[in-house]
Amino acid sequence: MSNTKYILGHFEDPDDLMHGIDRLQENNVSIYDVFTPMPIHGIEDKLGIKPSRLGYVAFCFGITGTLTAFSMIYYMLVYDWPMNIGGKPSFAFPDFVPIMFELTVLFCAFGMVGTYFYSNHLFPGRAPRVMDFRATNDRFVIAIDAKENPYPDKIEDLLKEAGAVEIKYNERKYVSYE
Amino acid sequence: MGTHNHNHTPDLTERFEFSGKVKTWSLIAILIGIAAIAYGFLTDHTERTFANLLLMAYYVTCVCAAGTFFLAVQYIAQAGWSASLLRIPQAFAKVLPYAALILIAICIAGLFTTHTVTEEGKEVVVPYLYKHWATHGLAEKGSEHYDAVIAGKSGFLNIPFFLTRLFIFLGLYSIFSYMLTKYSYNEDIEGGLANYNKSFKWSAVFLVIFGFTTPIWAFDTIMSLEAHWFSTMFGWYNFAAMWVNGLTAIALTVILLKKAGYFSWINENHLHDLGKFIFAFSIFWTYVWFAQFLLIYYANIPEETVYFYKRWEPEYLPLFWLNIIVNFVSPILILMTRDAKRKLNTMMFVCIMLLCGHWLDYYMMVMPGTVAEHRGFGLIEIGTFIGFAGLFSFLMLTQLSKKSLVPVHHPFLEESLNHQI
Repeated sequence: MSNTKYILGHFEDPDDLMHGIDRLQENNVSIYDVFTPMPIHGIEDKLGIKPSRLGYVAFCFGITGTLTAFSMIYYMLVYDWPMNIGGKPSFAFPDFVPIMFELTVLFCAFGMVGTYFYSNHLFPGRAPRVMDFRATNDRFVIAIDAKENPYPDKIEDLLKEAGAVEIKYNERKYVSYE
Repeated sequence: MGTHNHNHTPDLTERFEFSGKVKTWSLIAILIGIAAIAYGFLTDHTERTFANLLLMAYYVTCVCAAGTFFLAVQYIAQAGWSASLLRIPQAFAKVLPYAALILIAICIAGLFTTHTVTEEGKEVVVPYLYKHWATHGLAEKGSEHYDAVIAGKSGFLNIPFFLTRLFIFLGLYSIFSYMLTKYSYNEDIEGGLANYNKSFKWSAVFLVIFGFTTPIWAFDTIMSLEAHWFSTMFGWYNFAAMWVNGLTAIALTVILLKKAGYFSWINENHLHDLGKFIFAFSIFWTYVWFAQFLLIYYANIPEETVYFYKRWEPEYLPLFWLNIIVNFVSPILILMTRDAKRKLNTMMFVCIMLLCGHWLDYYMMVMPGTVAEHRGFGLIEIGTFIGFAGLFSFLMLTQLSKKSLVPVHHPFLEESLNHQI
């Protein structure tokens, strides 16, 4: 048992899982993470997960796009090669707006795809890793760091009591899809 | 899924009691409105008062129609989150026939009462509203007021056909409002899915009719104030304004009733959804506003640019910019974060700001085509706004108090009560 890095409690029912989280928290067992095949309402609050910062990242990408578009058009149409289009001034701001809008969306979309790959460690040629295969299929899994909580018997009892159908003692953190 | 542990069981048969201060204040508001309108007529500001009456009647009718539209959208999307607050748009929908009658009455009064003005040295008898096309002789060959552009449009823009369209459109909306609310009230008594299915079916029919007729309604009531000018975007622009305004009115009603101790089951999650709606459709409003502006700016055709030329005069220019700041910049900056949409007071501030902002939006649509440089902002404007707001809240709250605050047998009610995002 001493080589166990993570204890995984498998549940078949989300209600049991939520109950299991409560039981563990009541007994001061810290939960490393929870994996579920579908979103469960209220689980973020229960686990005390901080609000995602994705919105700020998206905003930064978006504003970069806006500024890129603006400087590009300004350089082209006002500074480098001013042209007379319909007798309007070179710096005809309303005409800039659609392009600024489009580049905002483009930068934001590509930026978010990049952020997604980065935060999920998905790079070309990299086999994805998970803590448990069945968590993407039909099982609701609670992962507990065994080094931080060195009392496996108590944890096993708590999990079983809450309705866990299977308990795994993993010596490696991840399993790979390779 | 049942992963919630809700300890409270709200009293779903709760009813709104319309009495006391709220009732007194809405009646006082109506009196203020009547006084302001009387003041306007008696102090020789007849045309300005008519313009204000048209503005506010259109405003309120739009808010009510947006209530019906909200109902139909929720039914057609089979939305669950909104089930517990549907009684508010239903109350809006119930007010629609009254608002529509007022709008039609004001149009008729404006079309058939005339005054004499001097235009380019000639004395012309013009109606108080829609003088650009309803003035006698504009479409008659040989008349000294003959106007070829208006004559070309007179097949569509003539008083009988104009009023017929207004009657048919507003009548249809009112019938659908009646049906959708009726089904919901029946559902309270009968339960089951039969009424919900009927609502679903008729919502689909309503949305098709509404989608095709609202642009024409906007062309008629507002765009024809400047009948020489035209814009195909105008209908959608008005629809966007109507929808944002309706959503803010619904959100504000929810917030105020919640502050008064009702709607204990409405929490920050429902508010968040309404906030997202308001945020998104404020951007949509700007999108449509800008689409209209950009095309006219880019093409630079005199017969189109005249609309913005008038609004670019010093008289209207500050308001032109204020319109964009209040209706686009402010909501987008204030409501961008998740937390802002979930706070009762932030949302209340944004709602009040947008309700005033879209009044300004309508003001910018109506005034340059009616009173132009004789526009004003004073007792008449504020008083008419207060009067119509009072009338709307009086009628709407009366309707709201007649039934329980929740459609108790709505099939998605449980989802709404446990809504969490």
